Amino acid sequence: MGKTIAEKILSGHSGRDAHAGDIVVAEIDLAMVQDGTGPLTIQKLQGLGLEKVANPESTVLFIDHAAPSPRKELSNAHKILREFAQKTGVQLSEVGGGICHQILVESFVRPGDVVVGADSHTCTSGALGAFATGMGSTDVAIVIASGKTWFRVPETIKILINGELPYGVYAKDLILHIIGLIGADGATYKALEFTGETIQDMIMSERFTLCNMAVEAGAKTGLINSDEITRAFLKAQGREEDFRIVKSDEDASYERIIEIDASLLEPMVSLPHEVDNVKPVGEVEGTKVDQVFIGSCTNGRIEDLRVAAHILKGNRCYPGTRLLICPASRGVYLQVVKEGLLDTMIAAGAAILNTGCGPCVGVHQGILADGEVCLSTQNRNFKGRMGNPESFIYLCSPATAAASAIEGKITDPREYL
Amino acid sequence: MILRGKAHKFGDDISTDLIAPGRLFHLRTNLPELAKHVLEDADPNFAKKVKPGDLIVAGKNFGLGSSREHAAAIIKLAGVGGVLARSFARIFYRNAINVGLPALICDTSQIDQGDELQVDIEKGKIRNLTKEMVIETKPLPKVMLNILEDGGLIEHFKKHGKFKLD
Repeated sequence: MGKTIAEKILSGHSGRDAHAGDIVVAEIDLAMVQDGTGPLTIQKLQGLGLEKVANPESTVLFIDHAAPSPRKELSNAHKILREFAQKTGVQLSEVGGGICHQILVESFVRPGDVVVGADSHTCTSGALGAFATGMGSTDVAIVIASGKTWFRVPETIKILINGELPYGVYAKDLILHIIGLIGADGATYKALEFTGETIQDMIMSERFTLCNMAVEAGAKTGLINSDEITRAFLKAQGREEDFRIVKSDEDASYERIIEIDASLLEPMVSLPHEVDNVKPVGEVEGTKVDQVFIGSCTNGRIEDLRVAAHILKGNRCYPGTRLLICPASRGVYLQVVKEGLLDTMIAAGAAILNTGCGPCVGVHQGILADGEVCLSTQNRNFKGRMGNPESFIYLCSPATAAASAIEGKITDPREYL
Repeated sequence: MILRGKAHKFGDDISTDLIAPGRLFHLRTNLPELAKHVLEDADPNFAKKVKPGDLIVAGKNFGLGSSREHAAAIIKLAGVGGVLARSFARIFYRNAINVGLPALICDTSQIDQGDELQVDIEKGKIRNLTKEMVIETKPLPKVMLNILEDGGLIEHFKKHGKFKLD
């Protein structure tokens, strides 16, 4: 019997013939924590009496969630990470570097790797054909100490997507549609494999958006076969030698197959307070927005910001509507500057935030007032997510976000493209 | 492992943002303080009314969202004896066991607020003492039961030096 990507990678890393449902102990290629989860990981390692790290070269600490620090408690948390890095020789990504998941795909993850991170959106890296999943601080502590963890090999749901995405419809709209279809727990404990013509033609940036949100359907990871598009992406990062072919077998066994015709999709919006509360933009058009956020590990890449800038060019944000734009990494930020997009954004009235998670986590930069509405390109709209349980978050693509910032209300972006 | 306590009922999709809000991010290095706010955005009085050993009883997808282990840790710190839910988000599920908080998947539809429960974690048997009925469910996978019985993943690893799968 053939194998899914998850079964292949976990077989290779556990030294046994692993199939869905098996419990295996796997070697881990890359482990990471961020400033919200890392201090607890370090505290746990100290509790183990183990400050020696199994693989310092492939252990990365990111300061991205509250970067730069807005208050002293978080400054002290950052200090714990910096001191641990100095003591053990693990990698540290400082303030200004950017969001962990973006830097992982730019500089660290290779197709075929097993990646664990103390951050739920670690599944983003699955777009490179890596088995990448989020875990808690203690699980990652044990990985840092021992280089291993246990997994239940997940069943895989194949999402077979054919047809061309219509103009103005993006991977974000596609993944919101899928989550609306299967629900916020539709893939719990499972892996999602995205495949089909639409995926074969999809650029890496959009593939990252898809896999990033696999966890919003409960999935352990989202996966895509590696191919020439993957190779070209790695080459552009100066690491073509990391490319490997990783693909599922033709006769692999799937828990179920969901077929989607991409050509029928429209721009989609997720409504408060659940990600799977998804509607076509037409059904919420006209909803007044107080703040628009373009950024995050879901949609803060150069391709996203190009779309936003294209729509914003020559326009101004609606009076009273705040627009926050946050490039996902230093590399993305530099490219934004190089391409002259910054001028367009600033002239349109946007506030540009330093790279990082920005307002998505509710810790700083753009916390909403009671009763306010934010339209965001991030991945979550749970009550309280952006720092105020009395506010309302809608999720959409960068195009919908930019068009809505100009109108001051939720707007179909196709009128602006 | 036998748990006994009163049920505190919650609905579906209780996110880690509702359990450990992002606006209290700065308290993550001060768990006793963060525990005073546990589940605050789902039930503002929960931390005040929960008694040691009480059980959280929820619908589907409990603990969805962020990987913050602090969510499971402060439920335990607040004195909760365990969580029963129709399903758990997978990161929360592992986190709970890793911090030594019993978490069991079962049909919770027959349990009401305030019901007195007795839970046999090993056998997967829940006795609703108030309603005089028994709910049977699948016990935890062996590796998770081993971690839980050792008091959490750090203690498990200290004791065995590896994962004990069976």
